[in-house]
Amino acid sequence: MLDVVRSVPIDYYLWLSCALFCIGVFGVLIRRNMLVALMCIELMLNAVNLLLAAFSTYLSDAQGQILVFFIMVVAAAEAAVGLGILVMIFRNTRTTDIYALDKLRN
Amino acid sequence: MTLAVFLTLAIASVVFALLMVLTKKPVHSVIFLLLTFFAIAGQYVLLNAQFLAVVHIIVYAGAVMVLFLFVLMLLNLNTEAEPRQTMRWKLAAALASGMLLLTLVGALRGGAQMPIPEQSDPHVGLVRNLGKVLFTDFVVPFEIAGILFLAAMVGAVLLAKRELR
Repeated sequence: MLDVVRSVPIDYYLWLSCALFCIGVFGVLIRRNMLVALMCIELMLNAVNLLLAAFSTYLSDAQGQILVFFIMVVAAAEAAVGLGILVMIFRNTRTTDIYALDKLRN
Repeated sequence: MTLAVFLTLAIASVVFALLMVLTKKPVHSVIFLLLTFFAIAGQYVLLNAQFLAVVHIIVYAGAVMVLFLFVLMLLNLNTEAEPRQTMRWKLAAALASGMLLLTLVGALRGGAQMPIPEQSDPHVGLVRNLGKVLFTDFVVPFEIAGILFLAAMVGAVLLAKRELR
């Protein structure tokens, strides 16, 4: 059986999660499509999930994986409501450009 | 061996995530995000968290990405090209996220010196163990998650419904 605890340092998981999170932030900043911005948010949530699961395995504590489970629940609810809002915005403005929604800016 | 598998999955997930961000068409973004999720599921298997790996595949690859693809097809977004950000904005975004990465790595570098127990329990991520914890210590949050799902379902239906006149 592969034994990850002995052969992979926990630091590698930290760096991988940081990299994935920052790629998600980068995507939210450079893309103008609302749908892709939502997908980048999912990527950021997954980076955090991966780190929680890694620490849970390394410390032999099941609570981290339970927390990942609840984050998945909230992420699924967020995706459903976010896409509902997106469909409604598209029906009203006929676009998914983020810059179409700057009416609240001063 | 384990390190090689880890590095392969890590490089694959980072490359697919970058491709997802940088590709032009939204449908390609969805496909690359799906591949990223599969790489992350491989990491869960490597971490001996089988329950999480299965739930991750079912929830993300099975439900969330299908929802995204469905909305994409419904709105027919793939025909017109997405408006692009200016080059200056892209450079600023790359700089900002790169500095965030630098800060996170620098801040967390010494943080992992916590005592990791030598003998880890291989059964911690199995369904039997997680179910026991979930239905004893975490019963109340579990029920609240059910209420959250009900609220999200009602909200999504209400938001996406056409107005009746």
